[in-house]
Amino acid sequence: MSEAQHDNVSANLTDEEMLKYNVLLTKLDDFVNWARASSVWPMTFGLACCAIEMMAAGAAKYDIDRWGSGPFRATPRQADLMIVAGTVTHKMAPRVRRLYDQMPEPKYVIAMGACVCRGGPYHLYGYHVVKGVDLVVPVDVYIPGCPPRPEALLEGVFRVQEKIRNERLNDRMRVDSRTAINPRVKHLWPEPPKVMPQSEEPGMMDWLKGILFGPGGDAHGHGHDDHGHGDHAESNEHQAAAH
Amino acid sequence: MSFEALTDSLKGAHGDAVLEAVTEFGDPFVVVDPARILDVMSYLKDSPETNLDCLSLVSGVDYPSDGIMEVVYHLDSIRRNTPYTVKVKVDRDNCRMPSITSIFKTAKWHEREVYDLSGVHFEGHPNLTRILCADDWVGHPLRKDYAWPEQYHGIPCGPFAMEDKNIPPEWEIEGFTTKNTG
Repeated sequence: MSEAQHDNVSANLTDEEMLKYNVLLTKLDDFVNWARASSVWPMTFGLACCAIEMMAAGAAKYDIDRWGSGPFRATPRQADLMIVAGTVTHKMAPRVRRLYDQMPEPKYVIAMGACVCRGGPYHLYGYHVVKGVDLVVPVDVYIPGCPPRPEALLEGVFRVQEKIRNERLNDRMRVDSRTAINPRVKHLWPEPPKVMPQSEEPGMMDWLKGILFGPGGDAHGHGHDDHGHGDHAESNEHQAAAH
Repeated sequence: MSFEALTDSLKGAHGDAVLEAVTEFGDPFVVVDPARILDVMSYLKDSPETNLDCLSLVSGVDYPSDGIMEVVYHLDSIRRNTPYTVKVKVDRDNCRMPSITSIFKTAKWHEREVYDLSGVHFEGHPNLTRILCADDWVGHPLRKDYAWPEQYHGIPCGPFAMEDKNIPPEWEIEGFTTKNTG
């Protein structure tokens, strides 16, 4: 297409058609979650033989890079996902917890292999093995197997991505997930989980909502999400009338 | 060089230290007096007749019914390609015996392991601390009468870690959902 033709086409478009070509409407949740789920960076955390399978999943044959989880980070500060691959001993458990605490929110944990899930072969008579890493950190996805195949690890990464896609920004900002301890060990932590208080003053989310939906708008509260975003003004009026 | 020839050579030098030589249970071994272990080891290592210059392994075996703790030294001669096993029996309630780190330097880690897991105190060891378990671990896990701690740094130990505890309802987290709301 020559330059003259291109100009001709642009000139013939109405404003509405220009918007259709250049503006993509979506929900902020979907957009942010799409970006996060497409780049889940795991932390290098091979503790035992499961790490060999994790390496295989990262290498050319299984190629975890195809789903954006390729960059294994050597520091917890750059990682979103901790794949605990291998036997967690009592000597290692405080280190696991420390590294988990150093990861930035939001963070996810995959328990890979029988040892990490429930102690595995050391369940009954292993004096040195933690009977499941969920006694130390909250676990999102459990992968059984001794060790699991790389396909199983990929499936676990898919489950984490599924979880990320279904999250809402509001929920994540309200709950401090560091205190989301497994119910099995809640009694060991003296303080109850901290739920962040909902401030009356306008925060960043209110600012965003004001820009996107107008004053008093709410992205989630009205329950009409399936109608699409064209109905927002109308549903807000309904809500105001109901109140 | 056969086990009998090695034992005869050892008996010729330190006959009073060798308590017995046992051959009927698979791999043959000699049992020596713990107080003379330094003499025996230095002879087995340095004598040109035996030349057992490699200490492969030191391990501890617990016999609570007999009241003894057995320390097993697995020696090898690299030149002659010959293995040799020396056992020492010490009192189980007072596990003390001389360290052989002055003869075999590799015994430093091996003796720390035996101390860590079986609780044998090697006198003369330069740094007799735990090597596998954490420094503040209580007890020696490979003893037959070892009792698991209930918890270690807040993490439950043992199979009873799987029991459900009573969880106060006020500790349940509100608003933490993964339900599809899109």
